[in-house]
Amino acid sequence: MMCNCKHGSAIMRTLALSALILYLLCVNAYAAEELTLWHSYRGDEKLALEEAVRSFNASHPELQVAPLAVPHEAYANKLTSAIPRGHGPDVFIFAHERLGDWSRAGLLAPVTLEEKELERYYKSARDALTYEGKFWGLPLALKSAALYYNPRLVPIPPKDTDEMLKIMREISRPEQGVYGLAYEAGSFYFHAAWLFGFGGYIFNDKNEAELNAPANIRSVEFVQSMMKERLIPEEPNAALVAQLFNEGRAGMVINGPWFAGEISKDVSYDIVPLPIVSATGQPAAPFLTVEAIFMSSKAKDRDNAFEFMCYLADDAAGLRATTGRQAVALTQPLLPSGKQIDPLAARFLLQAPYTVAMPNHPLMRAVWEPAAQALRKVMRGAAEPTDAMNRAQLQLRVLTRPAPPEKSPSPYIALLLLIIVALIVWLLVWMKRHEGWRDMRRAGTAYAYLLPAALSMILLLFLPFIVGTAVAFFSHHEGEFTFVGIANFVSILTSSDYAVNDPLSFYFTLVVTVLWTAANVFLHVTLGMALALMLRHKWLKLRGVYRVLLIVPWAVPNYITALIWKGMFHKQFGAINAFLAWFGVEPVSWFSHFWTSFAANVATNTWLGFPFMMVVTLGALQAIPADLEEAAEIDGAGPVRRFFSVTLPLLKPALLPAVILGSVWTFNMFNIIYLVSGGEPEGSTEILITEAYRWAFTRQEQYGYAAAYATLIFVALLIYSNGTRILMKEKT
Amino acid sequence: MRRIPLLKQILVNAFLVLFCIATLYPVLWVLKMALSPSQAFSLSVNPLPDTVSFKNFADLLSASDMQGNWLFGHQLFNSLAVSLATTILGVFLATTAAYAFSRFEFPGKRMGMSAFLVTQMFPGVVMAIPLYILLDKLGLLNSMMGLTLVYSSTAVPFCVWMLKGYFDTIPKDLEEAAFIDGASRWMIFIRITLPLARPAIVVTALFSFMTAWNEFILAATFLAEEKSFTLPVALQSYVGDYSTDWGRFAAGAILVSLPVMALFFALQKHLVGGLTAGGVKG
Repeated sequence: MMCNCKHGSAIMRTLALSALILYLLCVNAYAAEELTLWHSYRGDEKLALEEAVRSFNASHPELQVAPLAVPHEAYANKLTSAIPRGHGPDVFIFAHERLGDWSRAGLLAPVTLEEKELERYYKSARDALTYEGKFWGLPLALKSAALYYNPRLVPIPPKDTDEMLKIMREISRPEQGVYGLAYEAGSFYFHAAWLFGFGGYIFNDKNEAELNAPANIRSVEFVQSMMKERLIPEEPNAALVAQLFNEGRAGMVINGPWFAGEISKDVSYDIVPLPIVSATGQPAAPFLTVEAIFMSSKAKDRDNAFEFMCYLADDAAGLRATTGRQAVALTQPLLPSGKQIDPLAARFLLQAPYTVAMPNHPLMRAVWEPAAQALRKVMRGAAEPTDAMNRAQLQLRVLTRPAPPEKSPSPYIALLLLIIVALIVWLLVWMKRHEGWRDMRRAGTAYAYLLPAALSMILLLFLPFIVGTAVAFFSHHEGEFTFVGIANFVSILTSSDYAVNDPLSFYFTLVVTVLWTAANVFLHVTLGMALALMLRHKWLKLRGVYRVLLIVPWAVPNYITALIWKGMFHKQFGAINAFLAWFGVEPVSWFSHFWTSFAANVATNTWLGFPFMMVVTLGALQAIPADLEEAAEIDGAGPVRRFFSVTLPLLKPALLPAVILGSVWTFNMFNIIYLVSGGEPEGSTEILITEAYRWAFTRQEQYGYAAAYATLIFVALLIYSNGTRILMKEKT
Repeated sequence: MRRIPLLKQILVNAFLVLFCIATLYPVLWVLKMALSPSQAFSLSVNPLPDTVSFKNFADLLSASDMQGNWLFGHQLFNSLAVSLATTILGVFLATTAAYAFSRFEFPGKRMGMSAFLVTQMFPGVVMAIPLYILLDKLGLLNSMMGLTLVYSSTAVPFCVWMLKGYFDTIPKDLEEAAFIDGASRWMIFIRITLPLARPAIVVTALFSFMTAWNEFILAATFLAEEKSFTLPVALQSYVGDYSTDWGRFAAGAILVSLPVMALFFALQKHLVGGLTAGGVKG
């Protein structure tokens, strides 16, 4: 009885605590502001923006600006969800690349500026903000890559690529990890500088994407030759580039202004425009991104919004160029007295004339993936530039294929109604035949217990899912949805646009996903269970400490740990290959082959997932009376027998849910694939959920196609879980 | 209790120590990045920090918005409130539903169980926008209440399955005895079943807490003020379009994981030991 009273008071305490929390949750003071501004700035840029807002607010007491910094990862989605429903900002800062999509989707209001005013901005910035004859947003800052160099290694920066190659050959000592130049050669963003320098282009005169133009191929050959001579590092990524430069192991780096923040204090550097491509005599021209302040189409007061936009773009330009270290888009910014344009910003302004504005064409968003895959393939030595770029062009055509024709929704609606009616009739007949009504009335208590959870499930999970899935019957193109019936499903299931064994095919990805799930769940369960069995012994004095240490992988946000694992798998600089080298194993290029890349993903996810299974098993073990095992031991059963004939069967009921759900989660484990292998090589290690994500967000926002993918994922899981349940039943 | 051979004790301990080291090895880089003044991502083979600076932690802890609100304090409070509310609501919803599934027979029971499982198969990609519209219609956008509801309904299916499995292992004799003594269903549920299911409740509580604690996409999308953001949203704002402030992100990752470890440390005595099913038979 003592025990029960204690629990009674524990429940009272819990209730009191929940009441308090509920109260605190409801008091959500909301101060009305007149003008909301969203951005995703950090560091110096954020400081400058806030200072500008503060001085604007001081001089405009009747109009107060309230800024909100949104994490970049959620920013675009937040804007596209909020603006159409009237919860968006009045003005917001974004790069110009999404201009095409967003102006067509009706998220933006165009602005008009007098010719004289307009001419005060750089031409490239004006062009970037023009779309379909209208001018959208005021340009704030120019962002592009340029050439960083370490004067200790490179006393005089190169003017053209011949000079650059000469310097690189003098400096590079690949066996010691020293390189003349380091940059993310596998990223199309950085490669574009060479591509344009070689006279290449992405969109031809007819405004069609043409990745395999001869000049484009020559630019890839140029990088291939640097790679073959080992003048640039293998598998370069942002982290490696920064590390090499900071350790004085890279003479030059191609990177943008944000890189300056990653350079150690004790490393001296300077920045110059990228060299001229000797083969063509044209300067290497990196992509130019124009950051601009846009007006939402739902802005409460357009005049007020415009007033602040002008203030930030024009009056505050000096502040942004000094405190904010921005290469501002205004040609003659008025600087605060006694201040100079920040040297970093000034250097990047020298590059600005030799840049190509990132196309604001909606098609551009489908270019990145095939182009980057082609580059990486060439750098791995798996393909020649011509073949790789031809394949990229083919793939691009698949990704940007025309939308299926519009269909009339009426037959589908009729069919849907018919199905619903049939279901209801079937249910009624079933109830009648099995005396279901009587049973239901008797089970009133059960339903009462079930009600709260069932309500929240239906409202917050089933409803959004049904609405979200309905999108699968539509095709999304530049902000407009058209009804296409089951065309998306047909296209996916018949693999009509690509071969069945192509990594883009649904069936290929499905097989990979199943393998991925099976491998992970097996490792999670065996490892988690083994540890839990070890950690329950009372004689283990430190078991509490071990337990807490072993849940660390679960506790630390996996965004960072997944990337650390990716770093550990780097061919030349990773800890795993360094460890294998002790045993005389040659360095493995983990992300160049399907199986090694797959193994890297599985290793990372096993590390992340075993603590959860361990905790679940620890809990489940409590359901086993200790004396049962002891009895078995006295009967002379060995530890293995004891485990399989006593412990495991007793664990099963409590563990099975975790195994079934664990496999469902692993099936949809997005982060690890996305962050570790990123689908390498050539998209072959993608799983269904990452593929759906790519269709939705990196391949031209084909939401309908992505939703069809998601629906098929759901169906696949349904079949899988029913299959496992039937198997389990047969066994027992 | 029987004496355990010393050799076995040493071997098991040695194995666990090695395993812990291997497990913590990748985390050392997080620590290294958090303690180094640079914002670069550390790739070197050696995960031990060469310099020690607490600047990243100081930056994080001292951040304030334009009105001078102490952001870390607000965001920590928001995170704790949402996560605790999710835990309490989630465990409440799950224990009642799981009890119904475990102790009653009723039409639709099997379908109901499957329905809970099925929700876990919904891919998140399609859910975000409909959820946004729904919360907007309910007037729960930009409120902690809305987030709590979404998080707890996400966590409930696992909790129901887990608890149902555990309830099934608890013998019914005790409950029946109490029933004969005249106790009501609710009394039995609260006084007998729940205390016996403590280990499973701890697992589900920890799980619900984690569901809410680390989520940032929905939080960043639904909330509209910097001081109403949760900690993971603040953490994610160090990840930019082109580059990431890895030093600050790592420091934040450590700060975010400390409460989880503290919670687990506090809960683990309920997870193991204490009440065992052995007591049920008595």
